[in-house]
Amino acid sequence: MNYLLRRLVTFPLVMLGVSILVFVAIRLVPGDSITAMLGTEAGLLTPDQRQALAAYFGLDQGWLVQYGKWLSGVVSGDLGLSVTYGKPVLDVILQRFPLTLELAFLSMVIALCCGVPLGVFAATRNGRGSDLGVRIFAMIGQSTPSFVIGLGIIYVLSAGFGILPSMGEYIPFAQDPLGNLSQLILPALTLGLSFTASVTRISRSAMLDVLSDDYVRTARSKGVPKRKVIWRHALPNALIPVVTLSGVEFGYLLGGAVLVEQIFALPGLGRMTLEAILQRDYALVQGAVLFVALNFMIVNLLVDLAYVTLDPRIRLGGRS
Amino acid sequence: MRSFLKRLLGHSSGRIGAFIVCLYLAIALAAWVGITPYDPLKQFRIDRLQGPSAAHWMGTDMFGRDVMSRLMIGIGQSFLVAFSSVGIAALVGTLLGLTAAWFGRLWDGVVMRLMDVLLAFPAILLALLFITVVGPGTFTSILAIAFVYTPIFTRVVRGPALSIRARDFVDAARTFGSSTSYILTRHLMLNLVAPLTVQVTLALAWSLLTESGLSFLGLGTQPPNSSLGLMLADSINLMEMAPWLLIFPGLTVMLGILGFNLLGDALRDLLDPRMRRAAA
Amino acid sequence: MTQLLSVQNLSVGFGRGDNIKPIIRDVSFTLDAGETLAIVGESGSGKSVTALSINRLIDYGGGRILDGRIDFAASNGRALDLATLQENQLERIRGSEIGMIFQEPMTSLNPVVTIGRQIEEVFRLQGKSGSEARTETLQALDRVRIADAARRLSYYPHQLSGGMLQRVMIAMALAASPRLLIADEPTTALDVSVQAQIMALLSELQRETGTGLIFITHDLGLVAGIADRVMVMQAGQVVEQGAADHILDHAQHPYTQHLLKAVPHFTNGNHVREDAPRLAPSAAKACLSVEGLTVRFPATAGLLRRSIGAIHAVESVDFDILPGETLAIVGESGSGKSTTARALLGLVNPTRGTFRADAQQATQSQKPMQMVFQNPYASLNPRLDVQSLLSEPVLAAGQRLTRDIQARMTSLLERVGLPSDSLTRYPHEFSGGQRQRLCIARALMLDPSILVLDEAVSALDVSVQARVLDLLIDLQKERNLAYLFVSHDMAVVERIAHRIAVLYGGQIVEIGEARSVLSNPQHAYTRKLIAAVPTIERRRERFELNTDAVPTLLRPAGYEPPPAEWSTLAQDHLVRIQPAANA
Repeated sequence: MNYLLRRLVTFPLVMLGVSILVFVAIRLVPGDSITAMLGTEAGLLTPDQRQALAAYFGLDQGWLVQYGKWLSGVVSGDLGLSVTYGKPVLDVILQRFPLTLELAFLSMVIALCCGVPLGVFAATRNGRGSDLGVRIFAMIGQSTPSFVIGLGIIYVLSAGFGILPSMGEYIPFAQDPLGNLSQLILPALTLGLSFTASVTRISRSAMLDVLSDDYVRTARSKGVPKRKVIWRHALPNALIPVVTLSGVEFGYLLGGAVLVEQIFALPGLGRMTLEAILQRDYALVQGAVLFVALNFMIVNLLVDLAYVTLDPRIRLGGRS
Repeated sequence: MRSFLKRLLGHSSGRIGAFIVCLYLAIALAAWVGITPYDPLKQFRIDRLQGPSAAHWMGTDMFGRDVMSRLMIGIGQSFLVAFSSVGIAALVGTLLGLTAAWFGRLWDGVVMRLMDVLLAFPAILLALLFITVVGPGTFTSILAIAFVYTPIFTRVVRGPALSIRARDFVDAARTFGSSTSYILTRHLMLNLVAPLTVQVTLALAWSLLTESGLSFLGLGTQPPNSSLGLMLADSINLMEMAPWLLIFPGLTVMLGILGFNLLGDALRDLLDPRMRRAAA
Repeated sequence: MTQLLSVQNLSVGFGRGDNIKPIIRDVSFTLDAGETLAIVGESGSGKSVTALSINRLIDYGGGRILDGRIDFAASNGRALDLATLQENQLERIRGSEIGMIFQEPMTSLNPVVTIGRQIEEVFRLQGKSGSEARTETLQALDRVRIADAARRLSYYPHQLSGGMLQRVMIAMALAASPRLLIADEPTTALDVSVQAQIMALLSELQRETGTGLIFITHDLGLVAGIADRVMVMQAGQVVEQGAADHILDHAQHPYTQHLLKAVPHFTNGNHVREDAPRLAPSAAKACLSVEGLTVRFPATAGLLRRSIGAIHAVESVDFDILPGETLAIVGESGSGKSTTARALLGLVNPTRGTFRADAQQATQSQKPMQMVFQNPYASLNPRLDVQSLLSEPVLAAGQRLTRDIQARMTSLLERVGLPSDSLTRYPHEFSGGQRQRLCIARALMLDPSILVLDEAVSALDVSVQARVLDLLIDLQKERNLAYLFVSHDMAVVERIAHRIAVLYGGQIVEIGEARSVLSNPQHAYTRKLIAAVPTIERRRERFELNTDAVPTLLRPAGYEPPPAEWSTLAQDHLVRIQPAANA
């Protein structure tokens, strides 16, 4: 348990570091802070209005005070106002998040369901033709940027079948399951393909490592049948790198697959962040980055939890 | 060295990877010194959106510019970004990781917590944040990618450096009274060359990927300069009419990344079989 | 007796297609039910490949049976040729008919499964039901003398010591009452006294069950204790086989004779060196004297790394060494012997105590003490050539690489018996023994007066070990070197030591002249160590089964052990007086 506790203790520390980085980053944007807070419209203000606003936002105070105020706002869920949307930043984010979450989840399900069996299969056929086939697929899958895959899919569908992917508002699953899936299946496949490729590669190499370990030889010497050796003795030991990789990739996707959302015109978190950057909606950028970093760290914590259940050496510590 | 090259070329994916990387390097060099079939910026209005032909092997774009020439310039541009950013990240990351592993204690704590903070962001988001602050452009892309990759290099160096530090030959060096700089350069660095080479190659693949993504979003290389990501972005609305605008840049990006990935895999097999487990 | 196993003209190779390299050739032997056959050889002799070929696990290591038969009499009376059997039939033979124990107990058990479930699995494969399997698992653990077996069932491998894990392995291998047990170097990774216990257990269980045993080892001393018959292998071929007594006493083949000569015979102090400088009338003054050397490591626990005391790794150790003299420090893992050596070289900081190391002559360097490490593969930087390796101590001492230094390198390489073209070569081009010679040459570059040899010959094959020991003795005489020889191997120690210090739980419990300590050990621990030494002279001896636990070195903060009291046994032989009640 110690391991997990230690991770829990460092969590707020890293989060604090993240908040400082985000705060400082936005203050480093060239130009004055009013512009940074209000976006392009700040150009229309008179000097008096500027000063009033500066006092209102507390910009006339020291950075430390400003940071303290901002942080206490963040802790109570106040991430500021988005100028482009005219709504609280948190509301905008929470409205965009479900789509991104579902997309990330679908991609991970695809990746784990296809990648792990493929990787294990390839490892047990090490060096044979079928192994080579899996490796070539994984290599190409990993080397093709997801937006190129996405563009390819759109091209094939539109040129070949005259179908265009559905665009527009997010359709929640609970509201219209079919509409939801038809909206998300192509982007999920797009993201899932690269994800599957990575999972396949890591499963294969972890499995190869484990299959040459001493305890696998011991299991065989006991007369354990081949399939059981692979699934019961080897796989649980090979899962840790797979879990690590899947966690990191899933965390990335929670930040929004900017490129794929852009191509499929999906109103997700990533596209929102990109638009906020292009429109200089700094409060929204700041909030989004912080929100995503928090998600990413929570996913990492869940990965740690998975380690603890998978590996008794982490759970129980060394011999004491 | 010669025997190593022989082994690399005897490795099937090493052979293919090395071939692709060399080909791209040659193209990038040609583009840098200005050897392209046509002037990549010159517009031939009459030749707009021509399909592949004897005159324009890969067709022309909506301004009548030669796609192949623009692709060559794009490769040059991508390689410039990839090599500079990975160079910076490798240098800074190695320095941080090496000193963190050797001096330990407070310095190690400070460096690694800092890296934890940077690693708490998804990579593309960190790059976006960086570009928000500095503004889009080629130079920003270089810095942003370097910034994102530095923590990864720091970790890649620190782990092996820690384990090498605990090896008997370092203890032996300490019993002779060898200086810290001698131990760091001769014992640690020499043994880190292998994992670093592998990581640099894989980082180049990732850097190409990120660069094309950033310029696809309009945050990297700015027009009228050419880059692979920009060309892909331009192709979106024309893909049914002029699919070559999508197909050639798409394949070019994929093949380039594939080359570095294959080379990196081969190097890992040859240099450090134990690193397979850590492969991502 | 009935024949259990008959191997005829077995050849096994590695590789694919046309590129198959034979590793063992034309191996033939037989084994009767209940008989013990020891297969002996040095590394690369093919003894493990032979063992793994019998239950065909060699298939998974990339090996292929090229030729020959492996006839096995299964329990149902059928005779099977294991060399041609299909994998699914082999799965039914493994475990139930042929059990196997491996060298590394720490890595041979699945780290994420409890030991209870790992043993249970064997019973389940025999078709036993859940509750039946659990009861039998408990009995199996009892049989290998694991105390508190019911609780241990839920332990994971990393929670048990190496000796315990090897017992679990034995329990598992014998769970299905196989007719044949293959033990591949089962005690090599263990301490001497644990080794003795595992050997005792194996021979006792074998008597009880009547299992045929194939015992693979590099250690001829162990063979004498357990084997009925012996087969000696060299470079993939059988050079000699026959009854154990016959082979050990009347070896015919030159290689067997060579092995028997090379293996250190432990003779209870009858063959110690006679050139002890301390006995000379004009004994010089000590070049290394250590007083009250104490090394403690802080021990912490919990989230906030709260201090819970200290590990007393080395506690008030005193000794001195004269020029030309060897002091051996013996003890088992955790006794503090290596920490003592490392503290003297400045690799760990002593908590207390002083030591003084003197150069014998004014011409000698500032660093009169140098060290040779145990593992010759780890103590040389693989990326540096020999010239750079040898020049490192010189550069570290602030000297330049002059022509003189170059000449010194060449002459030292020649002196330690390495080819003259070695300077431009890299460590991987040398064998283990050659690398250790290289380490010795490197340690001598600065002309030290004291060499600390930390298990310096332990990782070497016996015949290589013998030659390196000879080299060390010659060098000592030539250069009047003082040796601090750290070792766990009593037989090696008898060969090189003038004096012996026995370390137990971080403290010296007995110290003195080698002959006196070995022939007349007084402290209980010294006796136990000596009793555990396997030798060729002790035939089929019943090793004593002893389950004493290793003492903990963890002490509460501020704890100071009571001062040692010594009784003097001879002019140079001190024994620590043991507290009456061994608390």
